[in-house]
Amino acid sequence: MSIFVNRDTRLLVQGITGREGEFHSTAMLEYGTSIVAGVTPGKGGQVALGGHVPVFDTVVDAVEQTGANASCIFVPAAFAPDAMLEASAAHIPLVICITEGVPGLDMLRVAHVLRSAGTRLIGPNCPGLTSVGEAKVGIIPGNIHAAGSVGLVSRSGTLTYEVVQAMTDAGIGQTTCVGIGGDPVVGTSFIDVIDAFNQDPETEAIVMIGEIGGDEEEKAAAFCAREVRKPMAGFIAGRTAPPGRRMGHAGAIISGGAGTAESKRTALEAAGIRVADSPSHIPQLLRDAGI
Amino acid sequence: MKLQEYRSKEILARHGVALLAGEPATSPQEARAAAERIGGPVVVKAQVLVGGRGKAGGVKLASSAAEAEVRAREILGLDIKGITVRTVLVAPAAEIAHEYYLGLILDRAARAITVIASAEGGIEIEETAKTNPEAILRLPLHPLIGLQDHEARRIAFFLGIPAELRKDFGTVMRGLYDAFVESDADLAEINPLVVTDDGQLLALDAKIVLDDSALPRHSDLEAMRDLNEEEPSEIAAREAGISFIKLDGTIGCMVNGAGLAMTTMDLVKLAGGEPANFLDIGGGAKADRVAAAFRIILDDPNVKAILVNIFGGITRGDEVARGIVEARAMLDREVPMVVRIVGTNAEEAKPILAEANLITADSLDDAAAKAVAAVAGAGA
Repeated sequence: MSIFVNRDTRLLVQGITGREGEFHSTAMLEYGTSIVAGVTPGKGGQVALGGHVPVFDTVVDAVEQTGANASCIFVPAAFAPDAMLEASAAHIPLVICITEGVPGLDMLRVAHVLRSAGTRLIGPNCPGLTSVGEAKVGIIPGNIHAAGSVGLVSRSGTLTYEVVQAMTDAGIGQTTCVGIGGDPVVGTSFIDVIDAFNQDPETEAIVMIGEIGGDEEEKAAAFCAREVRKPMAGFIAGRTAPPGRRMGHAGAIISGGAGTAESKRTALEAAGIRVADSPSHIPQLLRDAGI
Repeated sequence: MKLQEYRSKEILARHGVALLAGEPATSPQEARAAAERIGGPVVVKAQVLVGGRGKAGGVKLASSAAEAEVRAREILGLDIKGITVRTVLVAPAAEIAHEYYLGLILDRAARAITVIASAEGGIEIEETAKTNPEAILRLPLHPLIGLQDHEARRIAFFLGIPAELRKDFGTVMRGLYDAFVESDADLAEINPLVVTDDGQLLALDAKIVLDDSALPRHSDLEAMRDLNEEEPSEIAAREAGISFIKLDGTIGCMVNGAGLAMTTMDLVKLAGGEPANFLDIGGGAKADRVAAAFRIILDDPNVKAILVNIFGGITRGDEVARGIVEARAMLDREVPMVVRIVGTNAEEAKPILAEANLITADSLDDAAAKAVAAVAGAGA
């Protein structure tokens, strides 16, 4: 079992003929992900990835002809909002946007439209997700995983890999690992992912990796205290980060003191989540919890 | 990217916000000439992007053009929290009857542009937020249709704007909102918005912070960047496509990924050292970018050792190792270098690093401890 993607995922890649799209699509295919279509406007009719994947001009065409039920987006930032909207308009229920640098105001509108349409959006500016042994969507290296019973959710990219590798090296496998992205406005929150892990019978423990900024970790901690009985471990990056990047008085009023590493750590611990000082300590915290 | 007050006011004025714009000046003589053109009493205000300039002596009243020149001479060159004042704004002085706070922010929690308004404006607004939160209105706007007239009216009534100025307030609110959206801001605030003794509604100070991700589509706003306020090393980093923030420690850090970069700094601190910087080299870690990163780190004379932490992932570790060795050969200054490369082809990277006499580490904790030890050794 796993969350969001699995063996039945029929993946479409928007931007499959670009440098990044092609490179990472090849890695996804090698992992065993079922990539059924690619979309690059103007390149419909071509075949990508060494003859494996048909390319379409529009997402609607790709969905009609291949039954794609998830889309992974690799297009440049200037075109990413439109690509997310196109996937949603074609009724794709799950959209994963890897693209970095999407303007915040565009994301307010896109996130609202996709949520209203019932489309789950993961990202943008995220590494994607892997359901171990079933499907990898995005750019998380496939070889760092081992199958097991721990679900992981993170706002970071390479820090996620660091934690996954530490778990795998310690013999602790994963169900699904999800990178939700570090931008101010993302489609899927910590709470959305933790809720899904909480309901997934195969996931026995949950790891959350946060970082300074915003109040998502604090909110997730409150949710965990109410809803989650599975053991949890966490890590918060940025204890030594400079307090700069202050967003004027309005930012301070909005955050109300949330957002620092200390505030997040305190919130997690108050919810019974054990917080590691180093990513390498996470496996031991999971062991202590009986995993 | 933060904009200076006079730039923020330029943008607000374009959107119909009534304000006392004044003129920027970079010399006492220019300040005097500006004050002569304005006529009457003026305020001379340091243009710096850090808070607390008033308390630091960066804002002064002048009753004449001659006095404006004197005040500008006092303020120009002043050091405010490490920033040397290069520009002052000379603006007409206003007799204030009442002040308000009015701000818009890209509110990640509400996933909306949120209006923040308070009749208790001025520099104590954050204190008000803590002690008397009911005095502050927070109103998230709809992400698709944006500010509506009924919302602007509600804000006016909440603030207690005098009846005869409600229409003017609507214009200010609309202008602030339009300025926010059209310039792709993260923050736009007027603090204070004032009613003057003669019954005008005016923006006396303004601050706009732009969304860096949207700057590529606003070349006119990019031109408003104030390079005087940025560390030269941070400018060089931005041009090389590297995310860099200078700190005060002795261990230079070069990492791929922001979260991992912060974690590396945290572990340096945990091991008893002090990080000299945050540096995210981005994806790929190509040789030219590695070289640029080394130059930027070593430009800081405090740096006594460098810790390189690369999670190969998709990037091949041996390629990164070769890039590091090549880049290091071209450096003017030698400091101990601890290199940790994990992920794809990490094994192949090891002999390359060992041959170049670099200190290697398997785990991140080990790498941080070795970097701290290297600094202690260098100091002995």
